[in-house]
Amino acid sequence: MFDFAYPLNSNDILKNKKKYKKALLADGSHRVKKNIAILGGSTVDHIKDILELFLLDNGIEPCFYQSEYGMYWEDAMFGNPELDGFSPDLVYIHTTARNLEPYFPSIADSAEKCAEKLNSAKEHFSVMWQALGKKFSCPVIQNNFELPHYRLLGNLDGADIHGATYFVRKMNDFVAEYAVSNQYFYLNDVNFVSSCYGIDKWSDLSSWYMFKYAMCLDAIPDFAFNLANIIKSIYGKSKKALVLDMDNTLWGGIVGDDGVEGLELGNETPVAQGYTEFQKYVKKHRDMGIMLTISSKNDYENAIAGLKHPDSVLSPDDFLNIKANWEPKHLNIASIAKELNIMADSLVFVDDNPAERAIVKDSLPCAVPEIDSVENYIRILDRNGYFEAISISEDDIKRNEMYKANAAREKELSAFEDYGDYLVSLDMHAEIDAFSPVYIQRIAQLTNKSNQFNLTTRRYSSQEISAAMENNAYITLYGKLTDKFGDNGVVSVVLGETEEDKLHIKLWLMSCRVLKRDMEYAMLDTLVEKCRIQGIKTIYGYYYPTAKNNMVRHLYKDFGFELLSEDETGNTVWSLQTETYEKKNRYIKVN
Amino acid sequence: MTEKQIYERLESVFTDIFDEEIKLSAETTAEDVEDWDSLTHISLISAVEAEFGVRFKMKEVSAMKNVGEMVAIISERA
Repeated sequence: MFDFAYPLNSNDILKNKKKYKKALLADGSHRVKKNIAILGGSTVDHIKDILELFLLDNGIEPCFYQSEYGMYWEDAMFGNPELDGFSPDLVYIHTTARNLEPYFPSIADSAEKCAEKLNSAKEHFSVMWQALGKKFSCPVIQNNFELPHYRLLGNLDGADIHGATYFVRKMNDFVAEYAVSNQYFYLNDVNFVSSCYGIDKWSDLSSWYMFKYAMCLDAIPDFAFNLANIIKSIYGKSKKALVLDMDNTLWGGIVGDDGVEGLELGNETPVAQGYTEFQKYVKKHRDMGIMLTISSKNDYENAIAGLKHPDSVLSPDDFLNIKANWEPKHLNIASIAKELNIMADSLVFVDDNPAERAIVKDSLPCAVPEIDSVENYIRILDRNGYFEAISISEDDIKRNEMYKANAAREKELSAFEDYGDYLVSLDMHAEIDAFSPVYIQRIAQLTNKSNQFNLTTRRYSSQEISAAMENNAYITLYGKLTDKFGDNGVVSVVLGETEEDKLHIKLWLMSCRVLKRDMEYAMLDTLVEKCRIQGIKTIYGYYYPTAKNNMVRHLYKDFGFELLSEDETGNTVWSLQTETYEKKNRYIKVN
Repeated sequence: MTEKQIYERLESVFTDIFDEEIKLSAETTAEDVEDWDSLTHISLISAVEAEFGVRFKMKEVSAMKNVGEMVAIISERA
């Protein structure tokens, strides 16, 4: 892993892209393969190459289709045999303000004419988006537009209906509206990225005249990085938790030495303001479902005292896990991952101390941003896009509550001698039923995020889940689990394809937050029941080993399936007769 | 900067871009290097500009016939 991170070294990436690609492909890591169609309104070659590096570095191996120069619209509207045969998993439309030029009004145009031109530009894009939606039912990413490189009317260009600046802003509103109201359509905010980069440098005209690049070459890594973040998020590669250091990360000073009253926090000094705003930024992550944790070399009492500073925005309650001790940080961070039941590669470690960062980076696969100095913390974390979200689900917002409830469960568990008694005390209720429209997004999210309790690790888009829901050849189940501590939401998904009196299980997964609760038995009971009703006699289960799903290697055996075959890579096939099956769930009340 | 130094630094840039050892002379052109296509040319121009902290003018890029002409512009400006 190269860990390409903001701030990117553009020259190095552009110059050595061949070398990087070779090294990434040779590193032996497991990647999901995705077909990505790039429909370009200008040159895309370097964008494609650099995007490829960022995706390879994040567990995605893209195979690209690239439209002929400038043929984005024709490809989208009318298709072509190559594109159709390619059957993309994702379509990316690379258009820029250059593609809007034919629609810009001229100064002599009447108000009606200006409105008409704006409408034709909108229609040019919306008919294409609709055509793509119908044709490919896969995620579509669309650029919005950078500001034009000159302002004919000066400041008025942004206010007057004849202005190109005005026009671009209206178009950007239009793309945003379409994106929020269409589930599989995502906005690539070029307007933001180009502003960060600086529009004068971005719109380097020689790149346009010579190569038909709508941005300078040096801006391409920043551009592709932002685009890669959306794709990573679509395929469930976004990070899930922050692991924060405390001294000189969350406040200025060292709580053990300076005492709580000596910490820089609040509004009194510039540095204090910096830490306070950073704490606010961190707290907002909690609100969007990012798990907050601490790894700090401190006595526990001092750590808590620091968080109780009168000006501290964050309080001990905001954290799901606080490791304040003198053990090496990488060990603490590994236990945080374990205790939260997530992989270490979904953590972001934030520490002002370069030595600590280096050790953690060397020993764990978590992201370790070079945060520099407090006035740069927010920008560096933010531009890295670790927590890029493709949508905000209710589940995300409630996640911290759910994990809190889990901690309460664990506390309760320690009070019981018999595990069964503990499960009874949880008073668990499950809702297990065929896929329904309200849960489609969550189900697709689970198929993309679950790695450990996942027998086949097949990834599905929302469209594919919806198609399975409507197809009679499939038996689908989602499972929701509630107990006395709270609602865990949808935590398990099963998808099987029928073939006469047989059912082949294509997908069986469960969120690790409900491990050892009998939920998998409740799912199996319901599945068998459904099979019996449909006259299915044999259920076939498949286990495909990955680097992460060893925990379910013996699941089908435990379920009472019979082993039919095993190949040299460890793939196993199992079968179960529905007639002789006896219910296994003892602790959960279903529906 | 001597001409020799410019050639050395250019060779290192070319070697990075092509990911193989490249030797340059004043007469070297795109014809002489197998992977030197129009796209690689874009990468080369940008990497050489970054290496020497110069910007080529458009008409210079269009007029450059061989590596020697590139070196001449660099030695004049860097």
